[in-house]
Amino acid sequence: MNVKLSSLNPGDKAVVVRINGKGAIARRIADMGLIPGTEIKVVRKAPLGDPIEFEVRGYYLSLRKNEADIVLVKVKEYDSL
Amino acid sequence: MIRVALAGNPNVGKSVIFNNLTGSRQHVGNWPGKTVEKKEGYAKCFGEEMYVIDLPGTYSLSAYSIEELIARDYIVKEKPDVVVVVVDASNIERNLYLVVQVLELGVKTIIALNKMDLAKSTGVEINVKKLENLLGVPIVETVAPKKIGMDELCRKIIEMKESEEIQMRIRYSDILEGAIHDLIEILEEVKEFRDYAYRWLAIKILEGDNAIMQEVEEKIKTVSLKERIYEIKKRFEEKVEDTEMYVINERYRVIQEIVSKTVHVSKKVTLSDMLDQAFLDRYIGIPIFLAILWILFQFTFIVSTPFVDMIGDFFAVISNNMANVTGISHLDYLLFGEYGVLNGIGMILSFVPLIMALYFALSLFEDFGYISRAAFLMDKLMRKLGLTGRTIIPMILGFGCNVAGIYGTRIIPEEDDRIIAIVTNPLMMCSARLVAFAIIAAAFWGSMAGTILLSLYVIGIVLAVSISLVLKKFVFKGKASPFIMELPPYQVPSIKVAASQAWARGSLFFRKAGTVILFGLLVLGVLATTDVTTLSFTDDVQNSIVAVIGKMLHPIFAPLGWDWRLVIAVIFGFVAKEIVIGATAMLYGVTEDEFASFIAQHYDPVVMYAYMVFVLVYVPCIASIAAIKNETGSWKWTLFTILYEVSLAYLLGILVLFIGGFI
Repeated sequence: MNVKLSSLNPGDKAVVVRINGKGAIARRIADMGLIPGTEIKVVRKAPLGDPIEFEVRGYYLSLRKNEADIVLVKVKEYDSL
Repeated sequence: MIRVALAGNPNVGKSVIFNNLTGSRQHVGNWPGKTVEKKEGYAKCFGEEMYVIDLPGTYSLSAYSIEELIARDYIVKEKPDVVVVVVDASNIERNLYLVVQVLELGVKTIIALNKMDLAKSTGVEINVKKLENLLGVPIVETVAPKKIGMDELCRKIIEMKESEEIQMRIRYSDILEGAIHDLIEILEEVKEFRDYAYRWLAIKILEGDNAIMQEVEEKIKTVSLKERIYEIKKRFEEKVEDTEMYVINERYRVIQEIVSKTVHVSKKVTLSDMLDQAFLDRYIGIPIFLAILWILFQFTFIVSTPFVDMIGDFFAVISNNMANVTGISHLDYLLFGEYGVLNGIGMILSFVPLIMALYFALSLFEDFGYISRAAFLMDKLMRKLGLTGRTIIPMILGFGCNVAGIYGTRIIPEEDDRIIAIVTNPLMMCSARLVAFAIIAAAFWGSMAGTILLSLYVIGIVLAVSISLVLKKFVFKGKASPFIMELPPYQVPSIKVAASQAWARGSLFFRKAGTVILFGLLVLGVLATTDVTTLSFTDDVQNSIVAVIGKMLHPIFAPLGWDWRLVIAVIFGFVAKEIVIGATAMLYGVTEDEFASFIAQHYDPVVMYAYMVFVLVYVPCIASIAAIKNETGSWKWTLFTILYEVSLAYLLGILVLFIGGFI
């Protein structure tokens, strides 16, 4: 089942399915390597709950919740905790 | 002379390599009309002179950010002989994304594979020879802070300059390559594009890049050629869903193919990961941030204060001793008087240690990797206020000195946010205003003085936030400033980069802001010492042109309950806020020590509170105006700031009196 990247919790792993939308933000997210098929892991949320830190292609990327909203992912595994 | 451009992602060690190459022969400024930093310098290796330009750090070369446009326009239009792309070996996939885009530009390219030591220690192994072959680009392994690989890099640059054009080895999918091929055939017929790399141009047309499509529209005069271009573009669009995304996917597909053959990663938990567990922790992350902010603030002001004082004293002594050197009173005053050239230079110089200390500290924290963490921690809170996470740092610095705060906005990556942060920074009540207000508050409110001062801080912050929200909503409307940001691995910061940054920024301030400050001072100096009737020299301010201006303006300020002396004090306050008290005391003919009790007898507390609010909000000082001009690169924004501040100050003054009338 495909869900928004922003709906995942720290520790969850997923694969990018699609970026919804066009324009600067969608383009930039793709530029950073979030293209279909890319594995992505949620590392942590900021103390105030937003932005969210992800691990992708061997580096750490932060996205705001509303930016992570436009990334559609397929969950690979939920964090066991 | 070989012209070399350094490109690369942010945080890859590009500035250390730039520093290694150019040493002290570098110049820092802004790109014309932009607030983006431009660094250029000269190097000499193996007898060859090189001009080196450090392009803004970018992840991509699209037309979506100013930095990216600057970087790609430079490569396309200035045509450097060699582009060196600095690549972080520990994070190679995303870095190669920029490399393949530079290769699309068809320029002679070298990769400086930096941070090789970090890559090895984090479990990244790279088959460099194979990578070189697959990309068709020479690679030099470097460890910039240890200067490893620098000679080799120079040698490769010289070789590359001499070599024939290299073969483009990267091939995208057949669909994309087919469309590129068809487009190139047409583009070769367009003489307006003779200077461009056709392959790059073709890709940009297929992507639908705004800047390039506009050029196509304007430059191609032959209608049939234009139609053929649009026809190919349309056919490509029919084949792939989203052209832009398709091209991005293709780039990453090619990169993944290359990386899978050349890079082996066995990921280990690093020290950097452990640091983030503390720095970004849900509970202690923000307290640590506040502590670090405190250190940054203390460092900037404590380190610079002795130097600032020393410079101030030195110039005061000299100008006192030289007060009557020429014997011509006007000339003596303009050279050595209170608002004369010598004191002006002293004043400008006294800001230099502050700016140097600030940039030194900021550069260390940025290099260390902490500034992006600060942004991560504070983003949500600051965004509610119409600001971005990083804006908190210049805001806090502004409480020490607005000049420091304004220069501190350089850590904000988005130009719109940076401009908002610059024009609102003067509303942060700086230490100079605190000193002046403390005297007045103590005289009027005694033990309540602290609360009164606190209320002024709050007024400043509330205004800054409101104006930010208004600017964001109405001036920069619809422009999203994204937070798609890397949290780079922590690294030992480079003292050398910090020192050269401090030096470059300090001297830039002296040259650029210095002229504005000196000009402002001299104008005031002449007006304050010229007798209004005889136009000869006078040392009695009351008869000077300034006094006349003050009296002329007095009706405007009479509703605020001031007499003309307070108007004049406000005019002098343009120079610096600490002068306001001294100038007022002088105009009333009392000493500064008597001033407090004198003013308490002569003014109503509400009027005085309104006066403080006015002084808080209207232009902080000439140095901050110069800093705003310097950092926005625009008189428009500078004048805007002055105008909104003065009018806001006036309205608030009236408002305070109105509300005070009910209390």
